[in-house]
Amino acid sequence: MNGLIEKEGKVSGKNLKLALLLVLITAVWIAAYNLIEPLSNWLSFRLFHLQQGTHLGDAVAFFLYDVPKILLLLSGMIFLISILRTFFSPERTRALLGGKRQGIGNILAAMLGIVTPFCSCSAVPLFIGFVESGIPLGVTFSFLIAAPVINEVALIMLFGLFGWKVAGLYVTSGLVIAILAGMIIGRLHLEKYVEDFVWQIKSNGGGVEEHLTWQDRVDRAWQSVREIVGKVWPYVIVGIAIGAAIHGYVPEEALVSIMGKKAWWSVPTAVILGVPLYTNAAGVIPIVSALMEKGASLGTVLAFMMSVVGLSLPEMVILRRVLKPKMLGIFIAILAVAFILTGYLFNLVL
Amino acid sequence: MLNIKILGGGCANCKRLEQIAQKVVDDNQIEAEFGHVTEYPEIMKYGVMSTPALVVDEKVLCSGRIPSESEVKTWLTAA
Repeated sequence: MNGLIEKEGKVSGKNLKLALLLVLITAVWIAAYNLIEPLSNWLSFRLFHLQQGTHLGDAVAFFLYDVPKILLLLSGMIFLISILRTFFSPERTRALLGGKRQGIGNILAAMLGIVTPFCSCSAVPLFIGFVESGIPLGVTFSFLIAAPVINEVALIMLFGLFGWKVAGLYVTSGLVIAILAGMIIGRLHLEKYVEDFVWQIKSNGGGVEEHLTWQDRVDRAWQSVREIVGKVWPYVIVGIAIGAAIHGYVPEEALVSIMGKKAWWSVPTAVILGVPLYTNAAGVIPIVSALMEKGASLGTVLAFMMSVVGLSLPEMVILRRVLKPKMLGIFIAILAVAFILTGYLFNLVL
Repeated sequence: MLNIKILGGGCANCKRLEQIAQKVVDDNQIEAEFGHVTEYPEIMKYGVMSTPALVVDEKVLCSGRIPSESEVKTWLTAA
């Protein structure tokens, strides 16, 4: 096909150089990551002469520690995820899902939703492309739910601020929601609520098949690191600044009564609040993390997180172009109920 | 005269792709006309499942990402 990026000759020599460069960058990255804590303490308590244990001292040290840590984590992990994603494409995912039944198809679609490169602007062509090639509606939805709900920036920030257990819970519950919601949508037989023009489209299939060298993969991963980190860093800084202020100034347990496990209405409220906050996912997590220290509960936080990334107004507007209002309503309702149940479940078991 | 088309619903990525293509055309004094395909049924006719996509003389050169300026230059000067 066209769009071939072929670089013949000297490939192994180039790959060796590239590998050495990556090893070097990894070493620098690890060194920098380990320097953050001593450096932030030194800056706040020695250079700025702030007292450890005071409101201001704690807030400043927290800020100086978390900002570089999160930005380093974001850069490193987005690079790795982007390398992984160069091995996938919507076309390949469609081919993998072709001919899969409900059930297996839903599970596979949800998992592919995590690794397939996908921007929400592409939701419509992707939806049409999947449905038109005969992939069942429910399986298509498992993909369309998993892709935004399991958001890489949210995942990395949960990992950085809450640890791997919470990050793991987030991914697992996102997958389960995508699989189950897709299966329910499949069972409801909602094909008639998809806009009619979708069924009339005959695409030419194909698309661009590319052959990438390792250099191409690294270039692309680096490009997406610059793009994503370039977009979210102001939110990260503002979010961590607010989080640091909460960390330093809000008294312990202050939020137990309004965001704790016993406040039954906190989970649905968190889900509703999450809908309009789409672009600020990166800024929201540090704030939420600080709130949790003060007594907000994990289930509420996870429900909020999923709502922020999974139920966004712009994406609903995009999906409206292929889904009739009734179908869009069912889609939103299923997701909202799923997020709320996840929130209650984690509040119950943790 | 090249016929360059940008396929996509019109989000920020499509605009970035157009800027890059426009810059390459200007810098290299390539004769080209630009077109936009924003309607999904039309986009699907190109077999594209992810936007933005760059189409030159009805051939899809890339989709689902924003290519670098040097990549676009290679395509446009070769076409």
